[in-house]
Amino acid sequence: MSYSSKIKDYYTNQLSEIRNAGIFKEERFIHSSQAADIEVEFPSGADLRKVINMCSNNYLGLSSHPEVIKAAHEGLETRGYGMSSVRFICGTQDIHRELENKVTEFLGTEDTILFPSCMDANAGVFEAILTSEDIMISDRLVHASIIDGMRLCSAQHDTFKHSNMEHLEEKLQLHADKRIKLVITDGVFSMDGDLAKLDEMVRLCEKYDAMILVDDSHSSGFIGRTGRGTHEHCNVIGKIDIITTTFGKALGGASGGCVSGRKEIVQMCRQKARPYLFSNTISPVIVSGVLKVFEILSSSTERRDKLEKNAAWWRKGLTEAGFILKEGNSPIIPVMLFNAKLSQDFSRDLYQDGIYAIGFFFPVVPNGQARIRTQISAGHEIHHLEKALDAFIKVGKKYEILGLAKEEIIAKYGV
Amino acid sequence: MEDIKVLVRDYVIREYLEEGEDITYDSPLISSGYVDSFSMVSLLVFLENKFKIKIPPEKATPEAFDSVNKIVNLVNQYINK
Repeated sequence: MSYSSKIKDYYTNQLSEIRNAGIFKEERFIHSSQAADIEVEFPSGADLRKVINMCSNNYLGLSSHPEVIKAAHEGLETRGYGMSSVRFICGTQDIHRELENKVTEFLGTEDTILFPSCMDANAGVFEAILTSEDIMISDRLVHASIIDGMRLCSAQHDTFKHSNMEHLEEKLQLHADKRIKLVITDGVFSMDGDLAKLDEMVRLCEKYDAMILVDDSHSSGFIGRTGRGTHEHCNVIGKIDIITTTFGKALGGASGGCVSGRKEIVQMCRQKARPYLFSNTISPVIVSGVLKVFEILSSSTERRDKLEKNAAWWRKGLTEAGFILKEGNSPIIPVMLFNAKLSQDFSRDLYQDGIYAIGFFFPVVPNGQARIRTQISAGHEIHHLEKALDAFIKVGKKYEILGLAKEEIIAKYGV
Repeated sequence: MEDIKVLVRDYVIREYLEEGEDITYDSPLISSGYVDSFSMVSLLVFLENKFKIKIPPEKATPEAFDSVNKIVNLVNQYINK
């Protein structure tokens, strides 16, 4: 027994500090399947409340789609529950390779390798393809999983100001002597909802002989005319060397991710990426569900078109009501409140009115940029959005922020 | 000495701060979040190129880079060697 009272006190104090800082994360128990309408128990033990979900990554409304559920059932029946092995021993089924080929075709790349999650894809890819002779140059707002992946890699790293192409060019010039230069960005940035300027980035990478990696987790399935992702939106399909993405958001929402891109890079991941080598891959039931998702998306753009319309409706409604939004062209629409406490109070009041939307504040977003991040889904109908907008306006009136400029909100509530 | 301070502060502001942000010579850079560990490489390359010095990797620590004044102290250790 080595869990002494001294160690226990240490952790208790750490937890108290997290609570006192107001950043203690609590789970809300959902008693229904993932959808626009959900039943939530919060706080733990409270009566169930029917609310409209405005904060899930279920962008295409496929998380509980009957055809996806049916395909998952069939996968369970025909391919079993688990593989009890990593891929390269005896953990690869025909459907794993079928899904890799399907992703390759959908994204317009050369090859694909599955990972247990996109977090794992990002954790594995850098170390597998770069060494200390190389440099990683990342946007300053990339996702935490990319930051963790870069930390695991011996290559040098540098950053450029968010979406600032002049700064990126300076960095490409600064590191011109490195063997491999890898520019790294999110496709859609998860906290702000803005899109990377992939066309300009590709042009700079070609000019300075650099590769580019895009994490398209918040884009795959719905950004671009046929939902291929940010590279389709920016008209650079075939020019992105590495795409990492997830099946845990729009593409069925269960779990799993991948690295897709140049054939040799994917082969290097198959030989060297540790989360691939030392962990089971996606279970057969999920592979079967994701294959059905791609079948649905390849047959029609109806869902991504509906999502686009819903997001435009929501953005227009909030803007006309007098809220300050982050500029963007995605279904991630942050409502800016600037003050951390206001974002928490606002979220709590929305919940009382049947709207589930979470407030984010420092350190998740920069200090003084607290917000409610809303995420729109093709699973939303206009009546959902109308009810949510009514609640936002009601709470906005309560705090007297409608129509106020950023400086006026900050003057009223501080940062 | 003053020139080095001014040059380093100007670089930090241009390289790391957003519009409207400002720092003093003693403002914490790393612990405040203005400069993250990944971004320190630019600062190191800038110092080495600008002042024609070589700072050993083990000396380029987050603590040594945590304010303009601390960076100037570090630079001065190598500038006349």
